[in-house]
Amino acid sequence: MSEVVKKFLYVNRKAPYGTIYAQEALEVVLIGAAFDQDVSLAFLDDGVFQLTKGQDTRAAGLKNFSPTFRALGDYEVTKLYVEQESLDERGLTLDDLQDIQYEDEDDDYEEKPSIIVVSRAEMANVMADQDVVLSF
Amino acid sequence: MATLHTVNKSPFQNQTLISCLGHVKAGDSVLMIEDGVYGAMSGSALSEVVAGMGANIKLFVLTADIAARGIDAGRVAEGVTPVDYEEFVDMAASHDRVQNWL
Repeated sequence: MSEVVKKFLYVNRKAPYGTIYAQEALEVVLIGAAFDQDVSLAFLDDGVFQLTKGQDTRAAGLKNFSPTFRALGDYEVTKLYVEQESLDERGLTLDDLQDIQYEDEDDDYEEKPSIIVVSRAEMANVMADQDVVLSF
Repeated sequence: MATLHTVNKSPFQNQTLISCLGHVKAGDSVLMIEDGVYGAMSGSALSEVVAGMGANIKLFVLTADIAARGIDAGRVAEGVTPVDYEEFVDMAASHDRVQNWL
């Protein structure tokens, strides 16, 4: 294991299926998770659309990668920051998003929410707190 | 602990520059490159918005990309500093992190 743990933030600003960005971001997050770094994800602007529940891509003939978000906790990716203003602008609330949880191994494996809704100002603080910021 | 933000999309095409300017911290730098340089022009519908949102930060534009697009250096908005590739590299090294707004 690497001795130096850096804070990595993956910034998601694109809707899920119109371009390949969202799916590629998820692939990179899963790869990066293998390196025991402090990983967070940010969802803002159209990126919040990636987390909506009820995505059904069968008729469109696309791979539905949205269930993968619920598996991130198993890779110790447990911080998904979602921007309130981006939700508001798009007429979305937390209820429109998937219920994404992780098991906290430090708290008797209690299930806890991974999604953290933050204001735009708080999102700016999250971004400024990172060692590495990767955008998709 | 300052961040260098790069923006490579035209602000007339999408919200990337506006989103970037909405997430910067005082003391950060925003460098407009590629199609992002259209955000650095004076006299556009967005010039005042960019200047207003960029009050507490430093704005830069890459000279190679304005030249490539036929934008005269005189059309670069007041408060936006033109930089070349070497200065771009220095800025990347002197900031704590680089955040690319795609």
